[in-house]
Amino acid sequence: MPGTLNQYAAIVGEDVIGHLRQLARGLQGSRVVHVNSTREGGGVAEILQWLVPLENELGLDCSWEVITGDDTFYQCTKNFHNALQGNQVSMPEHLIEGYEETNRRNAEELGAKLEDADFVFIHDPQPAPLLQSFPNRRGKWVWRCHVDVSHPYRPVWKYLRGHVEGYDASIWSLAEFAQPMPHPLYLIPPSIDPLSDKNRELESWEVEAVRQEYGIDPHRPLMVQISRFDRFKDPVGVIRAFRLASAFAPLQLVLAGGGASDDPEGEKVLEEVREAANNHKDIHVLMLPADANVTVNALQRAADIVVQKSVREGFGLTVTEGLWKGKPVIGGDTGGIRLQVINHHTGFLVNTPEGAALRIRYLLKHRNILKQMGRKARQLVLENFLLTRHLREHLTLMLAITHETMERIEL
Amino acid sequence: MPEAFTVKDCALIALGTGERAQNLRELRDRLLRVHSGCIYHHFWGGLLKPRFEEPEFQNDFAAWVYHGLRDAGLAERMALIDPGEFSEIEDLRRELVEVIEERLSESEFVPWARIDQQFYFIRSQIVVFDTDLRPQDPESLHLLIPKLSVGSVFYHFIDARRRTSSKRDDFSEWLLGLGESCLPLVEGLAKIDPYFSSLSELRTEIAQVFAQCTEQKGG
Repeated sequence: MPGTLNQYAAIVGEDVIGHLRQLARGLQGSRVVHVNSTREGGGVAEILQWLVPLENELGLDCSWEVITGDDTFYQCTKNFHNALQGNQVSMPEHLIEGYEETNRRNAEELGAKLEDADFVFIHDPQPAPLLQSFPNRRGKWVWRCHVDVSHPYRPVWKYLRGHVEGYDASIWSLAEFAQPMPHPLYLIPPSIDPLSDKNRELESWEVEAVRQEYGIDPHRPLMVQISRFDRFKDPVGVIRAFRLASAFAPLQLVLAGGGASDDPEGEKVLEEVREAANNHKDIHVLMLPADANVTVNALQRAADIVVQKSVREGFGLTVTEGLWKGKPVIGGDTGGIRLQVINHHTGFLVNTPEGAALRIRYLLKHRNILKQMGRKARQLVLENFLLTRHLREHLTLMLAITHETMERIEL
Repeated sequence: MPEAFTVKDCALIALGTGERAQNLRELRDRLLRVHSGCIYHHFWGGLLKPRFEEPEFQNDFAAWVYHGLRDAGLAERMALIDPGEFSEIEDLRRELVEVIEERLSESEFVPWARIDQQFYFIRSQIVVFDTDLRPQDPESLHLLIPKLSVGSVFYHFIDARRRTSSKRDDFSEWLLGLGESCLPLVEGLAKIDPYFSSLSELRTEIAQVFAQCTEQKGG
């Protein structure tokens, strides 16, 4: 169950919620429709699960529609996803036809709901062609790209761009991702929900239960990296950093990820990780199911240091989650990690396993600094990366977009 | 009865421009043509970004030249550019370009950044809304200042300088209309250098000026 504004006020303060209410005054009764392709699972659904109820609570008339498709459609959109992240994929004609036909059918079903809406937010490539079925649309249509498209596979991007150019605006998570378009490119970083299972406060017994389940010694320091087994996350580099640092201080490592079963590349990386771990008693390689949110939460809370030693990263929400739990993060000097890990304040940016090992040793030796950085880490997330900031920017965007590209909008 | 002060608040939203630079010459070229809002954003937008204690560099250009291009000398020169000294954003743009041109002319090669360390030009839209707060006199405003949001501080103390013909902050503009008794307050506010403080520090400094003037009046 998503939280209410009052529940969030207890975390972020009444003034932040008051600010949201004031912004929303100019949008009372506006009909807002969000469209994506799944109601459960995945980052987009997670966002919509809180965004839609909160926009309603603020007085907007907000709803969430999900388009449906067959296997061909999902195969096509999975290929899109991989291509946007830079993988070369082939796109046979029948997949493209299935994709466009699925969107035409969904457009018919959604009909007046989208045509009459004041604001329509289309999330990711799956429903992007819907726009073309609504030449008489009344409101503003915004395409929200949640994917890292900093280095897209150009032929696929060229095709998709044709579907998204006609929108009134688009939203990107980082400036690095924003592709040139003939409309305004809004930049809204993602956020975390402090009341979700992955981020809510846990009772000490909940953390202890997870320690026991995985054989983690509560008396020795623990470093944790949560991420899927992917070369860009450099899990083997994390093991190397662990080995270098543990020569000087007692230390345990948890590498926890999931979802590699349908990904041949992931399986291969997992094998390499296990090989690098070589059955070391203090290296715990965990394959977690997709819904292991409380376990992830507990592991991050049990950690002394959270690591995200990626060599390439989108925004890096696991960094946000670690910071929110008051842990300094040692992160790769790349992508959105740079927005969150502020050297010597919320953690350290590193480029090599050696760099990570050095910072781990430093933090384990200076426990007071580790604690101080943890406090700042939480504060950084509180002020910048919780869903209330995300919601504020959504409201601001809706107000801004009705005034085209004017620099200053006086309500 | 003089008009009450209208307390407003604002929210900024960032816009990508698709413009980027990977070396110093590209930075110069883009600076010549980007929207003036980009120059403003990269000098003042940092106030609304996460930061701790004193940032190494007060503007994004200097920070990128240092971290991306590894040119410490140029970063220092760019960091010294104080946007408050330029009444027009175009003058500020010219100064930036001038400093870069000077560096390009004295160096034997053009410094480059790594592919994932490019400079991305961003600008912002500002949405301004009324808070319904209407302090009638300087004393009421004084009591209100510690409770102002950082958005209100940004709007009235930073944004006002590019909005008003006098290039002053909104508090001073209003106080000047209240008569000579408010001149010490206006002078006190004019002494605050907004460029080297966070918005919450600025709020404290503004409140201190009000407190000092009230004390002097009382004393």
